[in-house]
Formats: sequence, structure tokens, C-alpha cells
Amino acid sequence: MSGEHGHHELFLDHDTPIHRLPPQCKIAAVVVFVVAVVAAPRGTWWPYAVYALGLATVAAIGRVPAPTVLRRMVIELPFVLFAVILPFASTGPRIDLLGIPVSETGLESAGILLAKGTLGVVASILLAATTHPRDLLRGLERLHLPQLLVQIMTFMFRYVEVVMGEMGRMRVARESRCFRARHVGQMKVVAHSAGALFIRTYERGERVHLAMLARGYTGRLPVLHNVAASRRHWVMAAGLPALAIATTASAWLSA
Amino acid sequence: MHVPDGFINAPVSAVAGVIAIGGVAVCLRGARRELDERTAPLAGLVAAFVFALQMLNFPVALGTSGHLLGGTLAAVLVGPYTGALCVAVVLLVQALFFADGGLTALGINITVMAMVTTVVGYGLVVLIRRVLPSQPSSVVPAAFVGALVSVPVAAAAFTVFYAIGGTTGLPILGVLGAMVGVHVLIGIGEALITSLVVGSVIAVRPDLVYAARPYVQPLEIRGSAASS
Repeated sequence: MSGEHGHHELFLDHDTPIHRLPPQCKIAAVVVFVVAVVAAPRGTWWPYAVYALGLATVAAIGRVPAPTVLRRMVIELPFVLFAVILPFASTGPRIDLLGIPVSETGLESAGILLAKGTLGVVASILLAATTHPRDLLRGLERLHLPQLLVQIMTFMFRYVEVVMGEMGRMRVARESRCFRARHVGQMKVVAHSAGALFIRTYERGERVHLAMLARGYTGRLPVLHNVAASRRHWVMAAGLPALAIATTASAWLSA
Repeated sequence: MHVPDGFINAPVSAVAGVIAIGGVAVCLRGARRELDERTAPLAGLVAAFVFALQMLNFPVALGTSGHLLGGTLAAVLVGPYTGALCVAVVLLVQALFFADGGLTALGINITVMAMVTTVVGYGLVVLIRRVLPSQPSSVVPAAFVGALVSVPVAAAAFTVFYAIGGTTGLPILGVLGAMVGVHVLIGIGEALITSLVVGSVIAVRPDLVYAARPYVQPLEIRGSAASS
């Protein structure tokens, strides 16, 4: 049933200090970390080594193996391609790289883009790998994201596998009748499937709503287990963003 | 394709974040009006549908394939506020759970891909619907044009952010040309699949297509006078 994005593959169920941190601390830490990375100045390269070292430490404590992180990093592939084009497409003075003239600013921009983008991707991967999706949602609620938004996300997360399963079965049905989309003209068949999928999904939503009403839904979902964060948790979670902020600040001062 | 971290500088990302928060707040209020207390389960399911649909690849040309952005489609099917909200939720989940699109770029991604596409797409649908005959099937060509235009306009909106806060040294006009050019092609695919999906839903359940609702007769229950 699980598709390409099945959430069982995202979360690695271990019991480490990182896993035990309350989700709201981890979300806040990752957001502050990424903001600090993005704010790093041009022209200095050593800060990226420090950021990467920070993430590597978190990965080591959280027992997230490097191959898992690398495999999930394919998500940024389109931007790697973009970064490869940059040195050739940008304007500005040219320098020679292996005998090919490339733009100096373009080359620098590509490097920065790759470094910042990759650090952001790895930070998000570590967050998802050490936090159960259910706890992530609870953490967002704790960070005062609107209730309704959290509920919509909860339902989306709960039903995405069901909808994808439905879509998969429709694909099997199409292909067992010897259909395979080969050119644009056959898009109609795929689009009809999508239309049917929408009707089924919407009707499922109505049934889910009625089932919820029958179980006494009043607009709030009950809290089954609390994830209150103590001062100690916040101090622990602050380690990574504090490192990043200090690094960025000293890079600006020295630049 | 989602904008990653470090592509747009921090101040502009923050401004886009404020715009996105405002947009999502407006959508939350509007969605409650469109769906009343069914908002959470129905918007959640529609978001799951948009998410699943984005995995549905269709062949474009030369062996490449594209996938749907779904802003206009969602707006036409479930209404502009719910539609934009669902796309925003999909982007939020993709950034938080799948590392697809940077967390600092979330504001830009939501503003461009959820807000701009639905405002432009649905706005055009409403305008075009007005000049076409008053019947549900008029929504199909309107959705085609809406989807077709919304994608390059979103690309142009991204270029505006890029011109103000871009971190790479590319010439702006070149970026604009390349972005809009590529997205016109993507827009054609988006328009084809959007109108076909809307058409197939209208053929079966016209009452479920939000943009066709003004033209759908409510079901009336007829019975003999004696039995009632």
C-alpha cells in the first residue's frame, strides 16, 4: 500500500536523546538553524564546515545512518542541476576552471546555493528521521500553529496512504487492460482516473466526517499523550541553533 | 520543483513568510465558510488527493514527464479558499516531512505555488465563466485557461522575489524569460489535465465541482401528493 513517500520509511524508530526530545523543541531548533545558515555571508567558506559538523553530530547521536540521509537527498537533485548550469549562465568576470571559462560570481553562487540548500535538506531529513509524524504534528500544535491547520495536516497524513493505495489500484486496473500512457493524447485516460479518484476521496471525506460526528467530534481532537517540554529540553535542543548562530555571527564579524 | 534554502536571501524570505501567513489565515477563514464544520476532514482528504496527484506523472515530450501543481484544479473542485489552503498544507508537509523545499523558503513556495496560482487561476475561471453559457460544462474551458495562465504567472511572481532577494548572479531578464518560457510548456500540460479532470467530475457529479455549483439544479424530491 505504501507509495514512494510512505511515512514508515521516513521515521527511524530508535531510542536516543534526539528521539526523546519533545517535538516542538526540535522543530524550533531546525528552523532557527536553517535561518542562521541562510543568513551566512558570502565570501567565507569555513562556516559551512561548522554547520555540517553540527548536523553530523546530531545524526550520530540520533543514530541516523549516512546512507539513509544520502538516499533521501535525491530530493534536491533538480537544484544540483541548476547549480551546475549557474557558472556558465551567470555574468561577470570569467575565470578558468579546468580550461573552461566560467563566471566567477556564478561559480561562487553555485557553491553557496549547494551548501545552503544541502544543509537545509539534511536538517529536515534529520528532523523527520528522529520524530514520529504524529509527534511532529503535536509539536506544531504546541508551537501555536492554528488548530484547524494542524487538524487538516493530521487528516492529510492519515489518509494519504489510503488515497495513494486507491490510485495504485486504479493504475493496476488500467495496466491489466493493457493501458500505458505513451503520449499526450492518452492523458485523457489518466485524467479520468484522477477525476474518479477525486470523487472517491471527497465521498470518503464525507463518510469520515459523519463517523467523527457519531463519535462526538466537537471541532477539537483529543490529546492522548502530552509532550510538555521542560527547560532542560529547550537547553538541549538549543545546542545546534546556538552553534549556527555563533558561527554566522562570527563569520559576519570577520568578513 | 520547490525552492530550496539559500536561494532567496533571509529578509525577502521573511517578507514572503509574512505574506504566506496572511494568505493562509484568510484561507482558513474562507474554508470554514465553504465547508463549515466539515473543514478538517474534507480539506485534509483533498490535500491528500492533491499530494497523490502530484505523484501522477504524465509524459510531456522527448521522454520527459511533468506533474501537476494542482492549484487551479483544487480551487475549481473545492473552492478558492479551501483549494489554496490544501496546496499550502501539501507544501508545508512536503517541507517538514520530506525535505522537499526549504523551511526558510516555505513562505515563497506557499505564496507562489498556493496563493498566486489559485488567485490567478480561479479569478480567470470566474471571469470566463461569466461570458460562457450558464451550464456546468462551461467550467471546463474556463478551467483550461485558468490553469494555462496561472503557471507562467506563478513563475513570473517567483522571478519578482528573485529579482529583489536572489542570491545568485543571474541576469534578471534572462531568468524571467527562461522561467516563463519553461512554465508556459508546463502550463499547457497543467491546463490539459486540469480541464480533463474537471470535465470527468462534471460528467459524473457536477454538484461536487465548486465552480459549477451556480449552474447545478439542486435535487428536488418529487412524490405524489397522496404519499406526502
